[in-house]
Amino acid sequence: MRITMAHGSGGRATGELIDEVFASRFSNPVLSQMEDAAVVDGNKKLAITTDSFVVEPLEFPGGDIGRLCICGTVNDLLMRGATPKYLTCGFILQEGADSKQLVRCVESMADTAKEAGVIIVAGDTKVVEGSGGFTINTAGVGFVPEGQQISASNCKPGDVILVSGTMGDHHAAILSSRLGINNSIVSDCAPLGEMVKTLLEENIEVHCLRDVTRGGLATVVKELAERSQVTMELDEQAVPVSAQVRDFCGLMGLDPLYMGNEGKLLAVVAAKDADRAISLLRSCKYGREAAVIGSVTDEQPGLACATTVIGGRRVLDVLQGEGLPRIC
Amino acid sequence: MTEQIRQMTTWLAAYDGPDISIMEVCGSHTAAISKYGISGILSEKIHLISGPGCPVCVTPSAYVDRLIELAFEPHTTVVTFGDLLRVPGKTKSLEESRADGASVEMVYAPMDTIRLAKEHPDRQYVFAAVGFETTTPVYAWFVDTLKKEKITNVRILTALKTMPPVIDWLCRNGAKVDGFLAPGHVCAVTGFSCFEPIAKKYRIPFGVGGFAAEELVVAVYGIARAIESHRAGREITFVRNYYPSVVTENGNETAKELVEKYFEPADACWRGIGTIEGSGRLLRDEYRCFDAGSEGLIEDFKRNQACRCDRVLMGDAKPTDCPLFGKVCTPMNPQGACMVSEEGSCHQYLAFHRTR
Repeated sequence: MRITMAHGSGGRATGELIDEVFASRFSNPVLSQMEDAAVVDGNKKLAITTDSFVVEPLEFPGGDIGRLCICGTVNDLLMRGATPKYLTCGFILQEGADSKQLVRCVESMADTAKEAGVIIVAGDTKVVEGSGGFTINTAGVGFVPEGQQISASNCKPGDVILVSGTMGDHHAAILSSRLGINNSIVSDCAPLGEMVKTLLEENIEVHCLRDVTRGGLATVVKELAERSQVTMELDEQAVPVSAQVRDFCGLMGLDPLYMGNEGKLLAVVAAKDADRAISLLRSCKYGREAAVIGSVTDEQPGLACATTVIGGRRVLDVLQGEGLPRIC
Repeated sequence: MTEQIRQMTTWLAAYDGPDISIMEVCGSHTAAISKYGISGILSEKIHLISGPGCPVCVTPSAYVDRLIELAFEPHTTVVTFGDLLRVPGKTKSLEESRADGASVEMVYAPMDTIRLAKEHPDRQYVFAAVGFETTTPVYAWFVDTLKKEKITNVRILTALKTMPPVIDWLCRNGAKVDGFLAPGHVCAVTGFSCFEPIAKKYRIPFGVGGFAAEELVVAVYGIARAIESHRAGREITFVRNYYPSVVTENGNETAKELVEKYFEPADACWRGIGTIEGSGRLLRDEYRCFDAGSEGLIEDFKRNQACRCDRVLMGDAKPTDCPLFGKVCTPMNPQGACMVSEEGSCHQYLAFHRTR
């Protein structure tokens, strides 16, 4: 079936599309009430976020727009130390979209929501003219435990910087797919809940968490250096990058430090807990290659830098200009 | 880091002889030097100077203006790599013109243009073919494909340049350089022998370098030692190959033959420098049907009179010496070409906070 403008009419075709594609797969007691707004329980501090997903291609090695739109929003909530609970989703379908592909992505969305422990409680569908693709917006709500101080402005001199795994996989997978380059690089697209939960439950003194998405690791550490008014010092050789991605970057003239990921977190933790934090991260499904990559100092507030392989020092700035567009 | 590399970095850091200035003529070298923090590990007596080796940076304004003119012609699309989009023409860049309705498409490979041309046979496509010896074979192959597949709605607008003539020009015009870090990618095509005549003529050491951190250390060390020996009056090999995994003496014969078949040497205008005899290439007469008017694009308009790109390109000033650097002139609002391309020296100095 091809999506037509009628599927966005609000009439019968829209109802059929919602029933056949979305409602059955996202089914839960809140959504199934089919009211104009979802009413949910909660009297705690809330974390709220929203994100739109425009990735091209819609399906790529290691994931698809469905998995991506759950991970992206869930991970943003997690980075404030929140426990993600509820998601909403808005689909903008282009006329001519293939309903089989839509169903595959919706199924992937449902599976990922289940994996991440969230339910989709509200949704919307529109159809616009276009060339047969679709985009998705998701918004998410999570509960924040009392006393949670995790924040971009909370990195402290003496802290240790960790990442949960290899850098650049998502970016390299999307680019390979777009350029028609055959390799075995797959996107790292994944929910980070298990890792965050483990760190917090084991009482690791976590000062800051960030998911390392567009702009890459360099952009993230520069932003943290500025927000926390500290120096972020990386050891470039300690930053995990898979051999395949490293070679791909060499070939394409790209820098793994500026490449986007969709399933990697950066954690800034108290030095006393660093070793334990690494072991805990490595015990999680998506954290097997976690590594200590640097430390926080007070040498020059706002500066982010890296010691290079030959002992040179490289200043890291936020990504300038446009990176690869439409990677998420 | 191996013990050998460690010894080299130790020597480079401790050097205390007369000042040594080494020019890297390749934009990718400038970028790699920033990326690995090479300047920072050198003694204050060793200076790395960026030369005119970023193809986008040395493309004159007349070329950009011609592309803009083509992009506004009916049923015509200009196809380009992303780097060129923000290069200032006389009044506008391609990116600004696109916002005004010019038809400009960005691709990752020239061959994508052929796909576009087949999908839209009613449109004319012009590929912006900018580059040095490294990319020229790709354009030759591109034209070869157009000819073989009888594709008639694609042409190229060339701004092709060759390295030896501009290095000769720099030496002739008194550039304050003691040695050259020769471009590894160019030499992969041409072979390192192409620099031997200049090296011997001006008695100046050349070292062909790779682009990884350790390869750069080996090359910079080798060139510095050669300069030292030369100054001490010892016999030296003027052109040394520190990138033997990729570069040979005579280069890639297939690529060279393809280039010779389609292109002939021509005068070329370098932004900030002017026209240098025989420093470029144009399509041969018999293939001019694939050309979109590349000859005579020599006007080089300076957008901001305070811009020092011309002196930066000659290795005569550092980006940080320019009054516009980082203030009026930034990657999002470049006044001169060296700020536009990611391989431009000004862009590199700003992005990496380089001071030397």
